[in-house]
Amino acid sequence: MNWFYTFPEMGTEALRALKKGIDFAFRDFTREYGELLERMFDPLKQFLIFSERLLTDSPWPLVILSIAVITWLASRSTKIVVGTIITLLLIGYFGMWDDTMKTVSMIFVATLTALVLGLPIGIAMSRFDRMQKVVTPTLDVMQTMPSFVYLIPVVMLLGIGKVAGLLAVVIYAIPPVIRFTNLGIRLVPEDVLEASEAFGTSVWQKMTKVQLPLALPTIMAGVNQTIMMSLSMVVIASMIGVQGLGQPVLKAIANQYFTLGIFNGLAIVGIAIIFDRASQAYGKRLQRHLEVVHG
Amino acid sequence: MVDPVTNNDNAEVTSSVGIEVKGLYKIFGPTPEKYLEDVKGGMSKDELRDNHGHVLGLKDININMKAGGIQVVMGLSGSGKSTLIRHINRLIDPTAGELLVGGQDVVKMDDKQLRAFRREQTAMVFQKFALLPHYTVLENAEFGLQVKGESSKARRKKARSWVERVGLTGYENNYPNQLSGGMQQRVGLARALTNDAPVLLMDEAFSALDPLIRTDMQSVLLDLQQELGKTIVFITHDLDEALRLGDQVAILRDGEVVQQGTAQQIVLKPADSYISSFVRDVNRGRVIRCKTLMQAGPAVDGPQVDSSLVIEEAARILSAEGKEAANVVSAKGRLLGTITMTDIIGAMVPPQEDAISVT
Repeated sequence: MNWFYTFPEMGTEALRALKKGIDFAFRDFTREYGELLERMFDPLKQFLIFSERLLTDSPWPLVILSIAVITWLASRSTKIVVGTIITLLLIGYFGMWDDTMKTVSMIFVATLTALVLGLPIGIAMSRFDRMQKVVTPTLDVMQTMPSFVYLIPVVMLLGIGKVAGLLAVVIYAIPPVIRFTNLGIRLVPEDVLEASEAFGTSVWQKMTKVQLPLALPTIMAGVNQTIMMSLSMVVIASMIGVQGLGQPVLKAIANQYFTLGIFNGLAIVGIAIIFDRASQAYGKRLQRHLEVVHG
Repeated sequence: MVDPVTNNDNAEVTSSVGIEVKGLYKIFGPTPEKYLEDVKGGMSKDELRDNHGHVLGLKDININMKAGGIQVVMGLSGSGKSTLIRHINRLIDPTAGELLVGGQDVVKMDDKQLRAFRREQTAMVFQKFALLPHYTVLENAEFGLQVKGESSKARRKKARSWVERVGLTGYENNYPNQLSGGMQQRVGLARALTNDAPVLLMDEAFSALDPLIRTDMQSVLLDLQQELGKTIVFITHDLDEALRLGDQVAILRDGEVVQQGTAQQIVLKPADSYISSFVRDVNRGRVIRCKTLMQAGPAVDGPQVDSSLVIEEAARILSAEGKEAANVVSAKGRLLGTITMTDIIGAMVPPQEDAISVT
């Protein structure tokens, strides 16, 4: 009855051999292809550097002005724009301008990457049920796997730095875009699709003129989620060398600098609220044709 | 089954596109082909459903829809009428049968031909409107032309004129959600008409509207049809609507055509007790025409009525003039016979035996 009280394990020897086998195989893979992969990600790196330079090197009043204009275009709300300007001024006044700009740049590129990859996957998923059956559990794994775990292979492959950080952020933040795109397209009413087919739309026309426009508010909700999730990755990403507001927080944790931590934490909250309100207001504006219901 | 008008591939005049439904079967389920022979051999709808898990949608439908006329397909829910109309532009694929629209078999078209066919030959109006919620009234109306790839200037002009024709001037830039049901269906109608297709498919188009607006929309449709002369297939569950609109009416029950003919034929000679129970409450005065009731004979002292006039109108004329009989004349004014008030009243009351024969 020994097996009843002690779990029958596979044996230390075998387990070690298995772990070693996988580790060595992956290391060999990294040595073989690491450089190639790094080169493949080079354009992304250049883009990251470019957007970071753009935000940090431009005069701050110009940056604030352009962010204010973008939030205005998205939300058409004076309240949100004024809130944005005040938040940015406060951040700058408390000496966190550069770090904030680095973080904003990172979030911007991460969201863009998530969109470029996520939209097509979401569309494909909505079209093919088999694809949905494969992608959904994959997304579940991506969202529940502790991020530290996939930081390991990412760092092994790409080394410490911006690109590895970006990849980690994108892996963590891409699921909402994919899920909501899929959901939004699947939620388009059957009768509207039938009508569009009755008028002889091609697959492309149906997608661009009916399905995507009607799914857009839902997709925007996904984008909003993606932005929020990538912001929450900022601190973790700073552990593998991503610059920005995460770095001071990390330093604060290590040295118990309470104020430093709270300031930078609040700055993250500040830009999170800006992004959230602006993108939500934009999503709402996309739905305005649904709101005014005939009484 | 000879169609005098169709079978002309290069039809120039739009109204010359007739529709022929020949031996159409539709069985819903995973392997419909397997049961086709059984159904043709007489397997009942219930047996197919209970023992084989397939649903019989349509069974041996043969309807000849005249070009330029309004063909009404009437039936209660579950009779297969919406399934039938969706076969005409092949939103549903048949299990067997032929469907000739303007001489072309829709069933044999490949994807590309089908798209072209839908764009050029048909337009559809839906029960629940199915407007595009993110488009304005005008953009909805021009949707068909947009799909065809017409320039925005040309299609806007056409859409504007049709939106005007259906009485929505001033609402061009509203979104569908801002409109009432009746107005939304006007948009649906404008969208279909802007497409300028010879065949107009209307799937319970007015069923979701309240009675007053429904009558109103029927008039709009009849007025437009006067000048357009499209081939209209109109689905309804409402007999009054069927009789009012239909040049020809086909009655569907459990996926089978139980009777087809003119409104008058159906009211006066119901094929079975099912139909006679339907037509019992119909206002016969608005269906039966003078031509049917008139008797040959010399002219009488009374007003002249057109032979195609419904007897209710004839009765109105007679009572207004205080006469007992009228002369029935052809469209050219030639005397065809006479009609008396007694005959009219007799015809307007449903015959007793009809009512009894219903179980």
